[in-house]
Amino acid sequence: MASFRGGRKCGSLHTRSRIITVIRTFFEGRGFLHLETPCRIPAPAPELHIDALPSRDWYLQTSPELAMKRLLAAGYDRIFQICRCWRDGERGRLHLPEFTLLEWYRADADYTDLMTDCEELLRAVTVAITGGTLLSFQGMEVELAGPAVRLTVREAFCRYTAMTADEALERDCFDELMAAEIEPNLGIGAPVILHDYPAARGALARRRSDAPELAERFELYLCGVELANAFSELTDPVEQTERFRLEREERSIAGKDPYPIPQPFLDDLAAMPPSAGIALGIDRLIMLVLDIPIIDDVVAFTPEEL
Amino acid sequence: MYTSADLRKGLKITLDNEPYLITSFDFTKPGKGQALYRTKMKNMITGTTLDRTYRSGETFEPASLEDRVMTYLYKEDTHYTFMDSQTFDQVAMDESALGDAKYFLIDNMQVDVLLFREKAIGVNLPNFVNLRVSNTEQWAKGDTSGNDSKPATVETGYVLRVPPFIEEGELIVIDTRTGEYSTRVKG
Repeated sequence: MASFRGGRKCGSLHTRSRIITVIRTFFEGRGFLHLETPCRIPAPAPELHIDALPSRDWYLQTSPELAMKRLLAAGYDRIFQICRCWRDGERGRLHLPEFTLLEWYRADADYTDLMTDCEELLRAVTVAITGGTLLSFQGMEVELAGPAVRLTVREAFCRYTAMTADEALERDCFDELMAAEIEPNLGIGAPVILHDYPAARGALARRRSDAPELAERFELYLCGVELANAFSELTDPVEQTERFRLEREERSIAGKDPYPIPQPFLDDLAAMPPSAGIALGIDRLIMLVLDIPIIDDVVAFTPEEL
Repeated sequence: MYTSADLRKGLKITLDNEPYLITSFDFTKPGKGQALYRTKMKNMITGTTLDRTYRSGETFEPASLEDRVMTYLYKEDTHYTFMDSQTFDQVAMDESALGDAKYFLIDNMQVDVLLFREKAIGVNLPNFVNLRVSNTEQWAKGDTSGNDSKPATVETGYVLRVPPFIEEGELIVIDTRTGEYSTRVKG
């Protein structure tokens, strides 16, 4: 007991347990099925900036995304999962290399349906834990009774930086501007849904049919903290295969393991209905609800404490 | 060599041939973007601060700093000379690098000299030094003004507040960490 910072974490561990119960009740009450998929997988989705931890000749999942989409293809139309994920090298105030992720997916839906889910889920969790709809985090306040503010990536660059999103991509400083100048302003007063990313930052998102240079992707922000990432899912196996090829190539060029091609996922993709899916960081949600500034204090043990 | 992943608060690195101390560090990763290592750092020679953001895989040369016990010898113009008592090597340091420490150096005092690439960039003094008061006003007996301190100048030119009963020529103890009067040396 001596080395366990129990006194400091005691409250947050109780709240963690309650929040997870509230989330399960929220989704089960809306007809979602909680599914479990293997944590140890042969091929994570290849993404240039997400590194998986090897586990013998396989990997620990960086997200349950591919398995969840295969279940959508198999006919499970409303599914969610709360699980552990691992991302190598990610450690900071808001990052742990092992963390808890909530993912949910809806068949026959797009990212706008998930925006509504986010608003309702945040409200349900906050009311259940605090009795109200106002959260205070590090001196900032966010009111969850109303809708989230919708802001496009294009508008965000225009409002908070000296260049456009396209210029930032061209000059290779998109991430730097996003982290230093845009993100800290998002989600104060009301949550912000930052949406319609340039297709180059679309990952596994579908392109907008009316504006193919944009991807139907959004990120949810509260008090400057990025809480969730959502897509209208790409269901075209040909385009998905090509995007994986490009990501694997970029990983190889960067000297990283390109990861094997997740072929069974690509094979099932043709059977996947139009869908939308989202991943939300449970640890960060607990930080926000309890006004705890460091992720270390919402988990029982960090790697450094083991 | 350090890489971006080694960056943390308290790490000392070399940048543009000067040593920097990282005073604040944060790892960020804007959604699906690349890892960014945000630092604030302080130049250990000039004291100026910088904000720098790095990406994964960048490399940094450690700042190889060395602490050596040396004896303060003498001052010439604006230079202060110290000698390593083991090797008899001498180093000189400009008063700008010494800051207030220049007021607390006494001939033959043992100090820790901080060296970067053989160049002296700072000193760590003993916590307390004894210095003689060279100038202070006489305390008028029966003074009811209520002042519980008065200015005094010590032999090195340093000015501080001392209790009213301290007289010219007295030896006082100064705390070098705060620069404040600590006590008088009896006898």
